[in-house]
Amino acid sequence: MDVTEVPGGQSDSGKKWMKRTPKKKKGGHGEKRGADRKVEEEEDEKKMETSEGVFPPNFSVSEIKNKQRRHLMFMKIKQEKRKVKLQVKKKKKKEREALGDKAPPKEVPKTIENQRVYDETTVDPEDEEVAFDEGTDEFSAYFNGLTNPKVLITTSDRPRGRTVRFCEQLATVVPNAHVYYRRGLALKRVIPQCVARNFTYLMVVNEDRKMPNGLVLCHLPDGPTAHFKVSSVRLRKEIKRRGKDPTEHSPEVILNNFSTRLGHSIGRLFAALFPQDPQFIGRQAATFHNQRDFIFFRFHRYIFKNEKKVGIQELGPRFTLKLRSLQKGTFDSKFGEYEWVLKRHEMDACRRKFQL
Amino acid sequence: MGDRSRLCSVWLGSETGILKGVSVARKQAFNFCNTSHLSRDQELRVLVWGDPAESELLAGAVDGTVKTFSTEKGEFTESRTCGDPEDGCFTGLAARGSGLLTASERGPVRVWREDSTEPVLELDAGKNVCRMRLSPVHPNRVATGGKETGLRIWDLERPEEPTFTAKNLRDDWLDLRRPHWVRDLAFIPGGDKVVTCTGFHQIHVFDPASPRRRPVFEAEFGEYPLTALSLPAAGDTVVVGNTHGEVAMLDLRKGLVRGVLKGLAGGVRWLQCHPTQPLVASCGLDRFLRIHSLEDRTLLHKVYLKSRLNCLLLSSRALEDAGRDTGTGGEGPEVKEEEDEVWDTMETVWEKPKRKTGEEEEEPQKKSKTGEEEEEPQKKSKTGEEEEEPQKKSKTGEEEEEPQKKNKTGEEEEEPQKKRKKKRKA
Repeated sequence: MDVTEVPGGQSDSGKKWMKRTPKKKKGGHGEKRGADRKVEEEEDEKKMETSEGVFPPNFSVSEIKNKQRRHLMFMKIKQEKRKVKLQVKKKKKKEREALGDKAPPKEVPKTIENQRVYDETTVDPEDEEVAFDEGTDEFSAYFNGLTNPKVLITTSDRPRGRTVRFCEQLATVVPNAHVYYRRGLALKRVIPQCVARNFTYLMVVNEDRKMPNGLVLCHLPDGPTAHFKVSSVRLRKEIKRRGKDPTEHSPEVILNNFSTRLGHSIGRLFAALFPQDPQFIGRQAATFHNQRDFIFFRFHRYIFKNEKKVGIQELGPRFTLKLRSLQKGTFDSKFGEYEWVLKRHEMDACRRKFQL
Repeated sequence: MGDRSRLCSVWLGSETGILKGVSVARKQAFNFCNTSHLSRDQELRVLVWGDPAESELLAGAVDGTVKTFSTEKGEFTESRTCGDPEDGCFTGLAARGSGLLTASERGPVRVWREDSTEPVLELDAGKNVCRMRLSPVHPNRVATGGKETGLRIWDLERPEEPTFTAKNLRDDWLDLRRPHWVRDLAFIPGGDKVVTCTGFHQIHVFDPASPRRRPVFEAEFGEYPLTALSLPAAGDTVVVGNTHGEVAMLDLRKGLVRGVLKGLAGGVRWLQCHPTQPLVASCGLDRFLRIHSLEDRTLLHKVYLKSRLNCLLLSSRALEDAGRDTGTGGEGPEVKEEEDEVWDTMETVWEKPKRKTGEEEEEPQKKSKTGEEEEEPQKKSKTGEEEEEPQKKSKTGEEEEEPQKKNKTGEEEEEPQKKRKKKRKA
């Protein structure tokens, strides 16, 4: 009698509020006996519960316009999901323990690296044609031991602050590197002079708003030119728990995960920056780790504490590179022929497909 | 070797000196190279058909040799030295009857007769020649063009002077001389006109018949040098590719871009349109052969070939059917013959009551199974019998899984049914 049912059609989420309004009205009367009230409340609750199940099938939480009600509904749904998940987990754990040794092996979680689309250009180590191609390409002089690397590091015109310090630190990392100030010279004119002075590499760090953001790496006699985007540069003083400055010893080079043909070319490009025979006395290692087309550069000093344990200290700058283009021939952005160009809309469309 | 080379419908020359043949229908690529030792000197620069019947290929290498490859035999039959390596690599090659026409980068255009080491005729086409082509209509007309040397059309009977020398474009708005660099050219069929693409992202059409020596038509595409050009079978369009891997179809009447073919990541080295079908094949520095359809600009085929590709050649026969003709055509009647044989050799099975030891009944079952298993892979290549395949597969699947558990009378009933069905179709 006292219960005035709010029509269920309009407010789908108003369950809690629907309960309150009749209670208020009941409270207003105050003459009813407690038992009756409880019975009616229970009836109300039952009715609410049944009307809870009657939602239109395509209902989603985002259709509720009231922020508080929407939040509450969402929280409820989340809690229910979490409950169900915990139950499933418990069940699985029980089953696993019950089976004991016969339990199936734990499932490997899916990661983007796991789900990587197989690239047909992945290099097979026994492929003769690729081996011949690599054996006679522009790096063959270096890999056959005929030349020693000599690197020229410079920047775009009028560098400031961080870029200058970055170049200096790079010069300590790469052996036989010289930093020169770019006096507004055109690269196409710098290159023949470098070749005449027996340089094998030209590194140009591009600067934007006092931060390094690009790197052009040009292998000199007539080698490929790679253009990278540089991000996440950490100079020495920003690295926590770092070791002392690197020494003059040539570091060991670690190249991780360069599996495709393009990856191989880039890996060789990095490898040719450092001298072929590393000095193990120095215990320094430079790592170029490729993951998801980003190349992470780290420079460490290691020490073997015993046969199984190694301690490492990070020295030196740390930065991330992403390849934007690989051009055949020395730097000539207008008329050069590109071996690979990053075309974002075509290549970055699939999250599981990587180029390097 | 010979049968592999007969299957190939696309031929490519690579920087490592390997001649590659690709059979598009079968999606296979084959390497044809002289010996197991390769060298960069043998880098193939130009590929041309040796004769109109397309049974021989002429390949020009960097060290000045021209090799003849026979598609029937699948091997290189001869090799001749036609020029010094100092003249630069070959930029044009053509077969004229029994002789050869070659052009190198820095050297003259030479006409060679068969079995002679000295050129019969020499034309000085300028200092830097990027491309030389022979007119398909007039066998004596040759067009050359290069860096800072404009388009010149020569008549081989009068080698002293070109019949047509193109004039450079007018000076620009600052009165500076416009640089020009012809990278690729082609004769437009059905006339004398020549279309060229330049290193300054322009496309020109020249008409030697008109008194104008400047280009009759000009269009621009992109910001990078255009390196390759091809004319599709249907006229009025031209397909160009540039160093960034952008391949576009342009209209030759208005100069508008009709569409861009996507997919290439590296510079385009050679483009060729199929003579009859609306297809274009492209190869380049990213080590892939791609075949696009010109109508809807979709990528039809993509083949990874491990070296950088320099040049390509399409055979005139239709690409898709190349594999099919030799494959299923022969298989069709063969399959039917084998079917009849199989059914004839099998014992006829009558409906018998259930017996525990049904060895005689098991034998025809096994025979039918093996017969069907043999037929399945052959039948898969046929089209039009798709209805039978799922039925058959399900039946054979069931039989394989439960050979002995299944109701024997049931199986016996199925076989005569199958027999009846097959006989209807056969």
